Amino acid sequence: MTRFVVKRLAAAVFVLVSISILVFLIFFATPGVDPAARIAGRNADQLTLQQVRATFDLDKPLHIRYVSMMKHLFIDRDLTSYVNRGAEVLPQLTQAIPATLSLVFGAAIIWLFLGLVLGITAAGMRKSWVDPAIGIIGIIGVSLPVYWLGEVVNLITQGRLHATLFRWVPPLGYVPFTESPGGWFLALLFPWLTLSLLYAGIYIRVIRSEIVSLMQEDFIKTERAKGAGEKRILIKHASRMSLITVVSLFGLDFGALVGGSALLTEVVFGIQGVGRLTFTALQNFDLPLIMATVMYAAFFIVIANAIVDLVYAWIDPRVRRG
Amino acid sequence: MAEKLLEVKNLCVSFKTRKGVVRAVNNLSFSINHGEVLGIVGESGSGKSVSMSAVMGLIKDENAEITGEVLFNGEDLLKKSDEELRAIRGKDIAMVFQDPMTALTPVYTIGWHIREQLQLHSNISDKDAKARAIELLEEVGIPDPHKRVDQYPHEFSGGMRQRAIIAMALSLNPKLLIADEPTTALDVTIQAQILDLLERLRKTYNSSIIIITHDMGVVSELSSEVLVMYAGRMVERSTKSSLFANPQHPYTKGLMNSVPRVDRARTSRLETISGQPASLLNLPSGCAFRNRCPSAHAACTEQPTFVSDSNGYGAACFLLTEGVRS
Amino acid sequence: MSQEILRVNNVSRIYETSGGSFGRKNKVSALDGVSFNLVHGETLGIVGESGCGKSTLGRIISRLDTPTSGEIIYKGNDIAKKSLSAMRPLRKEIQFIFQDPYASLNPRRQIGAIIEEPMRIHGMGKDERRARAHELLEKVGLDKNSYEKYPHEFSGGQRQRVVIARALTLKPELIIADEPVSALDVSIQAQVLNLFKELQDEMKLTYIFVAHDLGVVRHISDRIAVMYLGKIVELGSVEEIYNNPQHPYTKALLSANPRIDQSAQSTRQILTGDIPSPLNRPSGCSFHTRCPIAVPECSTREPELRRVGAVDVACNLVV
Repeated sequence: MTRFVVKRLAAAVFVLVSISILVFLIFFATPGVDPAARIAGRNADQLTLQQVRATFDLDKPLHIRYVSMMKHLFIDRDLTSYVNRGAEVLPQLTQAIPATLSLVFGAAIIWLFLGLVLGITAAGMRKSWVDPAIGIIGIIGVSLPVYWLGEVVNLITQGRLHATLFRWVPPLGYVPFTESPGGWFLALLFPWLTLSLLYAGIYIRVIRSEIVSLMQEDFIKTERAKGAGEKRILIKHASRMSLITVVSLFGLDFGALVGGSALLTEVVFGIQGVGRLTFTALQNFDLPLIMATVMYAAFFIVIANAIVDLVYAWIDPRVRRG
Repeated sequence: MAEKLLEVKNLCVSFKTRKGVVRAVNNLSFSINHGEVLGIVGESGSGKSVSMSAVMGLIKDENAEITGEVLFNGEDLLKKSDEELRAIRGKDIAMVFQDPMTALTPVYTIGWHIREQLQLHSNISDKDAKARAIELLEEVGIPDPHKRVDQYPHEFSGGMRQRAIIAMALSLNPKLLIADEPTTALDVTIQAQILDLLERLRKTYNSSIIIITHDMGVVSELSSEVLVMYAGRMVERSTKSSLFANPQHPYTKGLMNSVPRVDRARTSRLETISGQPASLLNLPSGCAFRNRCPSAHAACTEQPTFVSDSNGYGAACFLLTEGVRS
Repeated sequence: MSQEILRVNNVSRIYETSGGSFGRKNKVSALDGVSFNLVHGETLGIVGESGCGKSTLGRIISRLDTPTSGEIIYKGNDIAKKSLSAMRPLRKEIQFIFQDPYASLNPRRQIGAIIEEPMRIHGMGKDERRARAHELLEKVGLDKNSYEKYPHEFSGGQRQRVVIARALTLKPELIIADEPVSALDVSIQAQVLNLFKELQDEMKLTYIFVAHDLGVVRHISDRIAVMYLGKIVELGSVEEIYNNPQHPYTKALLSANPRIDQSAQSTRQILTGDIPSPLNRPSGCSFHTRCPIAVPECSTREPELRRVGAVDVACNLVV
C-alpha cells in the first residue's frame, strides 16, 4: 500500500513540474511576443520595461528564465503586478483562497449529502412516484444556470424580501471565519445552496443510475440468497459499491471548483475568491497574476486527483496492488 | 413415512415479454427427501435455473408470474411474504452460484461475508463470528485460514473462492443446498476438488443438495437422483443408475449419446439430436421435443403426460404410455 | 503418404507485465520450449487447464502473436518471425477459429458479407465470391437464405457454423481452433464436432484443436498434447494417452474428469491445492508442488520432453 502511495505522489509532483514548464512556455516563449511588454502592461514606459526585463531575467536563456520565474513565485514570493501598480500578486491569491475553499467545501458537503440521500432513495424506490419526483428535482438542478439562480436568489434575499423575511442575510461579500464565524456562515449560506443545486442535480442522477445497474450484479444475488433484506442490500452493498464512481467524479469536480471554476457564483455573490481573481486578471491582462492563478489552479487539480486515487484505493481493495 | 424435504407441485414461471409470454418453467413437479442429492440436467432454455430461483423466491422481475406450490417442510414457500422467506434463505435453504469471481461484494473481506451470513440469522457476536469463520474456512480446505479470513475476495483464486462461498452457504447448517452450475467456471482438477468437498460436507451436515448442471459427468459423480428438463418441462425423472443404464425419454437418450466420452474409444460420428434447442417463444404444439425427436409420431401433437411409478420416476413421452420401448 | 506440414521447435512466449515498482517488470512465461510436429490430415488436440498456455500456443502458431523465441516451420518455411505483410499470402492456408461465436461475427453485417470478406481481401471477383459463399453455407449445413440474415438471428451453434464457413473460404490447409465448442450446448456441440470431422475428410484439412474438455478432445483428435504451465508434459496418440497415461498430471487430469460410468470404480485421484499462477512458476518441474509422486529432485531438475515407449513424456520419474 505504501508503495502505491509513494508512486502516486511522485507522479503528482512530476505532473506539477510539467505543468509549470508548459505554462511558463506559453506565457514567456510564444514567438513574436515580447514578454516584457506583456508583463508591464499597456502604455508602459521604457524604464518600466527595463525593470521588468531585469526582474524576470528576460535577457537570459530560457531555462534560467524558468528558474527565475519559479523562484519569484515560490521562494521569494515577491511577484508583483505591473498593471496593478506594484500590488504583490501572491498576497492577493492567498487572501482569495480561503474564500473559495469555504465556498466549495460547504457546497460540496451539501451536494454530496443530497446526491447520496436522494440518489439512493430514488434507486430504492424505483417502482413508486418517488423516483420520477426526485428525477425532476435533479433535472431542475442541472438546468438552472448558476448565475441566473444566484441573481434570482439575490433579488429575493437582498432586494424584495430583504426588509422582511431575509432580514438576517448579510450584504454580498465574504466574511472571513476568523473575523466572525456567524457572519461567515450567513454570508455563505445562499452561495452554498445555489452552487450545490447544480452539482446535486448531477450527482443524484449519477448515483441513482449506478446503483440501479449495480443491483443487477451477481454479488447482489448472493446477498439475497444469504437472506439479506432489500434495504440492507441497497445500502451496505449497492450504495457502498457506487462510491467508487462517486469518488472519481467528486475528485474532478472538487478540484476544478477549487481551482477557480466557481467563478460565476463568486461574481454573483460578490465573493473575492480565486475564480473572481482569475477573471479580473484575465480582463486586465495582468500576466504575473495570471501565471500565479493558473499555477495555483493546476496545483489544486493535481492534488485533488492524487487524493482521489488514494481514497479510491481505500474504498476499493482491488486497486491496492498497484 | 418420512416427510419430504421439498415438494414442488405444478410450478409455472412465465415472463411477459414484448414478443409474447415465455413459459420458462411449465408445470414442474418433483420432490426430494432428506439427505438426497438431486441433479437437475438441461441445456439452455430448459428452465433449470429459473425453477430453482423461483423456489428460493429470488425472481424479482415485475413481469414474472409464478404459480403452483413449493412445499418446504410442509409449508408453501410461494405463499410466504418476502420477510418470511428471508428468514429461510441462507438458514434453511442455501444457494451457491456459478461464477465465484463475481459472487461476492468486492469491498468486504471473506470474514466479513461469513460474519454477515451468520449475523443475519443469529445473535452471534463479532468475535465468535470470526472464530466460526476461521473454523469454516479450515473445514473446506483453505490453507492458512487465520490469515485468509481477513483477505478480500479478489485475493482468492476461483477454486478457493468457491470453497469459501460453499463454507458460507453451509455455515448455518441448511437442510437444503441448491448449487447452480457450481463448477462450470472452474478447471477440471479444481472441479474435482469442489465436487469432492460437496460430497464430504453433505455427509457431515446431512444436508440435501440440488445440483443444477448441463454436465452429465457431474450428475453422475454427485447425485443419486436425476431430473431432466427440456423447454421448461420435466421430461424424465429417475435414479442416477437407471437413468444412465436405461434412459426412457428420447431427449435423455439423445443427450447422453451426444456427449463425447472420455472413457470410450472414439467413434467416427457422435449421435446427435438434430435441429436447434427449442426457442421458448416458438414452441411446437404438443410435445416441445417433437421437431427433433427421432421417434416422433402422430400422437406427439398432444402434450404427453408424465407417466410415473410410485416413486415418482418416469418420463413424459407417448412411447411409454403406448408401451412401446425403443 | 502423409508428410509433415508443421514443425514447432522450442517455441517460447514471454510476456512482460508492468506492475512491479518503478520500471521493474514481471516476466510471465506463457510458453516455455514447446516442440511438436504435425502431419498432413491429422488432428492434434491440445488440452490443459488455466495458465497452461494452450490458447497462447494456438495464437502463436497462427501468428496472431509472435513467439519470443523458437521456430515455427510451416511447409519447410520458418514463419515465426515473418512480418504481417509476409504472412498475408499464408493466411489463406492457415486459419483460426475462436471460442466465442457471439463475439466472432460482426453484428452489423450480413452472413453473406461475413463469409465473403476473406475472399474480398484476397482479391476474388464478386460473382465468384457469391457462388463460393452459397457453396459453403450448404457445406456447413445452413439454409441458403441465411445469406441475407444477420448474426443475431442465429443461435450459438449456427453462428459457429458461419465462423467455420468463413474459415474455409480460401481453402485452407491448417485450421487452428481454440475451444470452438465450449460455449455451445451439449447437443449442439455434438453437431458441430461432427461437422468438423466431415469437413476434415472432405477437404483434407489438418487441425489443431485446443480444448479443456477431455471428452471432446478424445473424440476429435488423433494425437494429444497435454500442457501444464507453459510446457507440454505428455504427447502421444489418443489411445495411448487415454488408456495408458504416463505423466502424473495426465493421470490426475483424466482421473479428475467427472465420469459418467460410475461402475468403473477406480478411486478418483484428486490433486490438492490451486494451479500455480504463471507469474509464480514453481522451480524445477513446475508440477512438483501438486504431484503425488514428486521426489526432492523434482524441485530442482526440470524434465525434458522425451520419448518413453509409445509417448513423449516430460517427467523426472518416467524413463
